[in-house]
Amino acid sequence: MTVNALVLTGFGINCDNETQRALARAGAETVRIHLNDLLAQLDQLDRAHILAIPGGFSFGDHIASGKVLANRLRHKLGAPLERFVSDGKLVIGICNGFQVMVKMGLLPYCDGALKQEATLTWNDTSRFENRWVHLQAPAGNRCVWLKDIEQIALPIRHGEGKFIPGDDAILQRLRENGQVALRYVRDDGAPANGVFPFNPNGAVDDIAGICDPSGRIFGLMPHPEGYQERTNHPAWTRASLPAEGAGLRVFHNAVEFARNEL
Amino acid sequence: MPIHRVEVAIKPALPDAAGEALCARTREDLNIAVEGARVIDVFTLDAALTPEEVERVRCELFTDPIIQISATNQSLACDYDCVIEVGFLPGVTDNVGRTSLHGVQDTLGRALAPGEGVYKSTLYALKGVDKSVADRIAAELLANELIEQYVVKTAADMAELDGKPLLALPVVSQQSDIAVQDVSLDLNDTGLMALSRDRMLALDLSEMRAIKEHYARSDTRARRKQLGLPAAPTDIELEILAQTWSEHCKHKIFNAVITYTDKDGETRTIDGLFKTYIKGVTDAVSERVPWLVSVFGDNAGIIRFDDEHLFALKAETHNSPSALDPYGGAMTGIVGVNRDVLGAGLGFQCIFNTDVFCFASPYYNGEIPPRLLHPRRVLRGVHSGVRDGGNQSGIPDINGAIVFHERFLGKPLVFCGTGGISPAVVGGRPAHEKAAQPGDHIVMTGGRIGKDGIHGATFSSEALHEGSPATAVQIGDPITQKKMADFLLEARDAGLFSCITDCGAGGLSSSVGEMACAPGGAEIHLDKAPLKYAGLAPWEIFLSEAQERMTLAVPPEHLNTFLELARRREVEATVLGEYNNSGTLDCYYDGALICSLDMEFLHEGLPRMHLEARLDTPEPASELLLPGDESDLTGDLLQVLGALNVCSKESFVRMYDHEVLGQSVLKQFQGARQDGPGDAGVIAPVPGSKRGLAVSCGICPKYADLDAYQMTACAVDEAVRNLAAVGVTLGTIAGLDNFCWPDPVQSPSTPDGRHKLAQLVQACEALYDVCLAYDIPLISGKDSMKNDYRIGDTKISIPPTILFTAAGILENVDCVVSMDVKAAGHVVYVLGETRDEMGGSEYLALRNQVGVNVPQVYPLSARALYERLSAVIARGLVASCHDCSDGGLGVALAESAFAGDVGMSVTLSPLTMDNGVIALFSESQSRFVATVAPENTDAFEAVMDGSPCYRIGETSAEPMLRILCADGRKVEADLDALRTAWKRPLDW
Repeated sequence: MTVNALVLTGFGINCDNETQRALARAGAETVRIHLNDLLAQLDQLDRAHILAIPGGFSFGDHIASGKVLANRLRHKLGAPLERFVSDGKLVIGICNGFQVMVKMGLLPYCDGALKQEATLTWNDTSRFENRWVHLQAPAGNRCVWLKDIEQIALPIRHGEGKFIPGDDAILQRLRENGQVALRYVRDDGAPANGVFPFNPNGAVDDIAGICDPSGRIFGLMPHPEGYQERTNHPAWTRASLPAEGAGLRVFHNAVEFARNEL
Repeated sequence: MPIHRVEVAIKPALPDAAGEALCARTREDLNIAVEGARVIDVFTLDAALTPEEVERVRCELFTDPIIQISATNQSLACDYDCVIEVGFLPGVTDNVGRTSLHGVQDTLGRALAPGEGVYKSTLYALKGVDKSVADRIAAELLANELIEQYVVKTAADMAELDGKPLLALPVVSQQSDIAVQDVSLDLNDTGLMALSRDRMLALDLSEMRAIKEHYARSDTRARRKQLGLPAAPTDIELEILAQTWSEHCKHKIFNAVITYTDKDGETRTIDGLFKTYIKGVTDAVSERVPWLVSVFGDNAGIIRFDDEHLFALKAETHNSPSALDPYGGAMTGIVGVNRDVLGAGLGFQCIFNTDVFCFASPYYNGEIPPRLLHPRRVLRGVHSGVRDGGNQSGIPDINGAIVFHERFLGKPLVFCGTGGISPAVVGGRPAHEKAAQPGDHIVMTGGRIGKDGIHGATFSSEALHEGSPATAVQIGDPITQKKMADFLLEARDAGLFSCITDCGAGGLSSSVGEMACAPGGAEIHLDKAPLKYAGLAPWEIFLSEAQERMTLAVPPEHLNTFLELARRREVEATVLGEYNNSGTLDCYYDGALICSLDMEFLHEGLPRMHLEARLDTPEPASELLLPGDESDLTGDLLQVLGALNVCSKESFVRMYDHEVLGQSVLKQFQGARQDGPGDAGVIAPVPGSKRGLAVSCGICPKYADLDAYQMTACAVDEAVRNLAAVGVTLGTIAGLDNFCWPDPVQSPSTPDGRHKLAQLVQACEALYDVCLAYDIPLISGKDSMKNDYRIGDTKISIPPTILFTAAGILENVDCVVSMDVKAAGHVVYVLGETRDEMGGSEYLALRNQVGVNVPQVYPLSARALYERLSAVIARGLVASCHDCSDGGLGVALAESAFAGDVGMSVTLSPLTMDNGVIALFSESQSRFVATVAPENTDAFEAVMDGSPCYRIGETSAEPMLRILCADGRKVEADLDALRTAWKRPLDW
């Protein structure tokens, strides 16, 4: 079966090329599509199995990161998107895409409705930072994108990555439902416990990525599409690493899941 | 129209990161203790909205319900003593305001009426400050009065205001007279010069006379009469000539005939510095490098990357705007150079940025002359502008530098570079060939035209003075540009246009004027141009340097497809006229001809400058004072590691996205903890290919006063050895020269102009000599020649500076070497000769000395060394390699060791320099510290044989750097102490 993936572009999204590359390398027929073209051809969404909202600075992150694109998607693409996810299809939001999904309510999507239940806001350092972080996928997490991934190193490149749940009850649900998909940890895998730079932004409970209760809708601040080659890793000149970057495994998981389940 | 003021604040129970950052800044920068600060976003809606609509946009669009509260027409400031509100002045780009308008329309599901708008401002609620202190914070930290308005209010004032707006709406009300004026040139020489000055034409007497003579010619008069134009030039014609002939656009000094008297008193004539040296060396080298594609003729230099791809490179400066508004000036610098690459050939995708800044010390504590800003504020503003411009455009920053020298107080230097890639063939045509054809439409895309940036080209062709125009200051809009760039690359691949160029300095006048050369003329209708607001005179429309615009030539058969694609991408595109072969540049406004300029006179009529250069005899050098019998140099090394030109810039660099696009191979910071300073940025830009690009910079203004020739030679060598350190081979390197000079034209205000011009000649000679020896063609470059500050009796001229940017091609990125030591037990080598060259060194600068012996470049022996080094790296024999640069050998050893978290024990006696101070701190060029695994040393030494290669010790598990000098002096330092000394000074 051919797995079809769409990668959203336009309005300041800027990781669309490498996100397309990652999905294509993982085996999906992948098309980069401008939001306006998608709105004009909604059947493209119906045919797709995977939708990626890549990183970038959509609308300059003016007002707040991802806010204006989230607003536009909710108003113009809300119903088709809800249909897409209720069909069991996969969505990933990376960095700015994660911010968009959280602010339009597509994550954590605890009750299956587009309602904002958490946010991503300014790093505690109050500045944009580009550095590599260590991540751990907690045991029992439901995220299908992270199958067989326990630990992974990826780059972060954001100013507004501090995850804050709406209240303690939501945090509790995320934990209990296996929706906490990725946490920042120290180099040795010990909890970051909010300590910079291991937790680079002060995210509550060291949360770097979450998924919906089905595990098919996934958002994360780090960039898995930014680690496709061994030479992307900052320590590749010091250590022997596999030729294929570990970030690609995230996309392989999704394509494989779509092929088997959709 | 009713005005609705929406305030949005972080919930009182949550910490306010922006407020805390502000408190830290007032403490660090102004030495003011603020007890607490909350930052409140203010959105002023100038639109006819129902109360229900206002409520919807407040809740859905402006407020994050998880962390924020908001209110309409009621202030959220609480528990404060003073508030400061900062908003834009009328006409200044308000990016958040404009995006908010889109958001409001999305939320309401309807378009707002023309004239309705959203304006962004920021309210700072401060506790523990009185009004006078708040005034200082506003003026010195938060607002720049050239682009922003602000008010300071006490709690009592606020109670009285009761939720009413604090600031006037920034709506442009000032209207220019749109009537076209004629400007009589029936003036004597004094009158001509007064006219040049009063209209900010920045033309000299011979140029004004050339224009006067052109208009006095009988054929000109007859033609103008026939066309119904006045005999005198119209204002728009004069403005077009002034900007086309500006130093900024025509590089008059680099094209001048120069009578040069060298240091031996011998005089000769140079037939143009550009032609003789810059184009000269490229011509000479071109036979040996088969990969040049398009040099000097386009917006950027173009070379072949591989069989299927071309690579374009360009660097620009944005010094004058950055002096007035560091943030906006630097941002427009970076997004501006991006447009140069986007406008090269048929359009290149930008794949990396480089940035090099020169400032006075951020710890400067002397007087700040009028109109200048404190270097700390300039540094922060410039850095933020480049950060936001690059990050928001999705272009990684991969290499750069921050350089400090006291004379950059007069003008900061802001160099912004960009590389781009394009398929070699696009839309069925070679990507580097372009030309507008007669009949093609003139299409402007991107942003709209306002008064911003008028006279930018002429402004940057002058010293900073009292009358420097505020309109020269602009703010960039990276998102409008990103949308345009995405759209244009799509249109390129579909083959929809025949020519493209950046609408930069000089605006439409420059882009249309230049693009009209190939077809031989153009006709443009200025009333069709989309404006940000009404009330621009035709000449202002044509000259405005409003950002984010490109000018294209679109063939009639593709016009509809092009405009339709633009509409779908929400990019404005407007047909303004047509290219033709009339031989003239004709402008119309409301159907009336207001300008008809002979193309040949416009582009070729500029009289050539004749200048005199004479090298002053240097003052006898003061005697060099080195410390006497200090035997422990550990303290000296720690001090040099903390010198501003040496220390880590990591806190700034981490704020740039350096990995977007997924092509990164060697990043700016490397090693065990990713905190060691890399030599060159390396990327693999073509997916699936191992072929790489390495990019580096060299810049050494500190040597300029001692010897401008060696300052330049050292800059070239620094860039090249940074490439050599990662494994680049000579013969694959392309160079870019960016000159920033103080005014080198002799005049009453520049009594040392002849000497400064002679330094420029020397710099060009060095560029020629070293590039020839290293087989480096110069593929593009730029000069900025008026980097002086002159107000009242104060004149500050920057040190003559050249930035050399180099890009080299790597066959296989798997072979590159990083700078960090890899393991204990490796052998440490010094490559290259260490000489008594303390002149201009960091070591002496810390002792307030300049010294005498400036480092010399010996290009032939350096070339041999670089060739051997690339051979050993290609064979995988080198574990780490790091160039020796500012601070000398001691710094390079320390950086290599702490980056690898591996100790080092070395003895410098094998070097031919016995004096330990000189051995450690001399800044001799063309040197490296390399480490080699023990099993590779024989093979390594065999290949290096014939070049200076000194085995000085070994790496060790013990985390200590131990250096024993030939004269018994020593260094013993813990790696953490070295790292801390190096990181602390600018760890902001």
